[in-house]
Amino acid sequence: MKFQLTYKLFGRSAILVEWPANISQEIIQDIISFERQVKEIDSILDTIIAYNSLLIRYQNPIIDKELTISQLKKIYAASSYLIKQDQFLWQIPVCYDVSFGIDLEEIANKKKCSVAEIIRLHTEGDYLVYFIGFQPGFLYLGGLHQTLHVSRKSNPRLRVDKGSVAIGGIQTGIYPQNSSGGWNIIGKSPLNFFDINASEPCFAKPGDRIKFVAVDIHTFYQIEREVANQKFRIKNSEL
Amino acid sequence: MIEVLHPGIYCSIQDQGRFGYAKMGIPQAGYMDTYAAKMANALLKNHERAALIEITFGQGKFKFTSDTYICITGGDFSPKINEKLIKMQSVYPIKKDSVLSFGKRVYGARVYLSVYGGIQTERIYSSRSYFKGITQQKLVKGDMLPILPIQENTENSFSRVRVSEKHFKTMYLPCIKGPEFSRLNKEQQRRLFTPFTVSDHNNRVGYRLKECLENNLPSILTSAVMPGTVQLTPSGKCIILLQDCQVTGGYPRILQLSDIAIARVSQKISGDKIQFRLEQHL
Repeated sequence: MKFQLTYKLFGRSAILVEWPANISQEIIQDIISFERQVKEIDSILDTIIAYNSLLIRYQNPIIDKELTISQLKKIYAASSYLIKQDQFLWQIPVCYDVSFGIDLEEIANKKKCSVAEIIRLHTEGDYLVYFIGFQPGFLYLGGLHQTLHVSRKSNPRLRVDKGSVAIGGIQTGIYPQNSSGGWNIIGKSPLNFFDINASEPCFAKPGDRIKFVAVDIHTFYQIEREVANQKFRIKNSEL
Repeated sequence: MIEVLHPGIYCSIQDQGRFGYAKMGIPQAGYMDTYAAKMANALLKNHERAALIEITFGQGKFKFTSDTYICITGGDFSPKINEKLIKMQSVYPIKKDSVLSFGKRVYGARVYLSVYGGIQTERIYSSRSYFKGITQQKLVKGDMLPILPIQENTENSFSRVRVSEKHFKTMYLPCIKGPEFSRLNKEQQRRLFTPFTVSDHNNRVGYRLKECLENNLPSILTSAVMPGTVQLTPSGKCIILLQDCQVTGGYPRILQLSDIAIARVSQKISGDKIQFRLEQHL
């Protein structure tokens, strides 16, 4: 399926291609497939994939915007739909203790339900990995239950702990490192989501799926020790 | 080697940055003031991508354990070799065991120290630029940074250039409209091109501005950002993203700074005034 795309100049040397503003598996597959073709152009500096957009950064300032866009349109028209590759479902342990999930009670109040219900809804389904952004190893996940939609904090926190599991608007994700961040924090995972020393720094890739599994605080610390000793193996199964 | 005697408040090794790894969420990083950093390398006849030390607010002390040549550009914090004042934008031969330190601030925020051949620390993902999680975050006391030995026939060109004062003094930041610019109403657009003040929250990730813009725009679906992207946060504060910024973000992107504007911003400090100025679209 082909989509109606828009092409905008973003800065002097990049084009932002936008798909309809939806989070959908069809759109992300289309973006991944388009990106693979675009990447082959010689003058490309980098590309950034997101839910409904692809940023194409060129090495030099764009002289002729219309010409550059028409080249991209040709590539899009000729690109074919991506065939599914080996994709995995990863089981991610998360401790939803309120000492980690510092915004859990506030969300429960807002949604007029119990903390246990929030946890149940968050661990119920699985989530599609759309792309990696914001920080090295930060997975953007789709599939958050509608009840759990909570808008971002109007003033981002300057410090969020590594492993924090959070909700921002209609999205959920895990902070791979200590950083600042504007999402609502509901728990913490003991896993490494970006490991520079591993052959694959990020274990998950776009198209994979994630399932959150609730663990108690005792298990959390046990897994944390196993991860530190490189003894923990993340459970996964082929999709 | 260069020995870090005192790491100041934030010194890091930087080159052009990382490109081609945004898909793993790896930020660009790299020197903030491209104009000053490239000049420092050019004066030493280094490759423009050679790694150098970026020194925030001229705080830091370095000892050279071998003979070399150096050049200091960027912010002027009264650089001194063995307590003797040296000139900016000039190539100096350095004798083994000399110590580089700084004094009073004259202008700017970030100083660049380039050495003959560039700093030779490990390249990770095609770059030596520091970024937390990829390399160490910043220099610490006792770090020993490898440099190249000088060649027998190395000649000092004694080149010296005068920098454009405008680079450090002007408040104007040339930019073009960002992808969500058109969602601003007339009043917001008018306000956006009046002066703003740099807040205390300013670092390599971005500069938060003090004044608020009335903001009723909803968040966007997370999408790409780059150094120079100006985001409008829900509180109405603008953030200018810089070299260490993330690769994606969810706030409306209202402006995109030109390369020279990014370099200018990186020499601003808390309380400085800035003003965005639209350049013509192509």
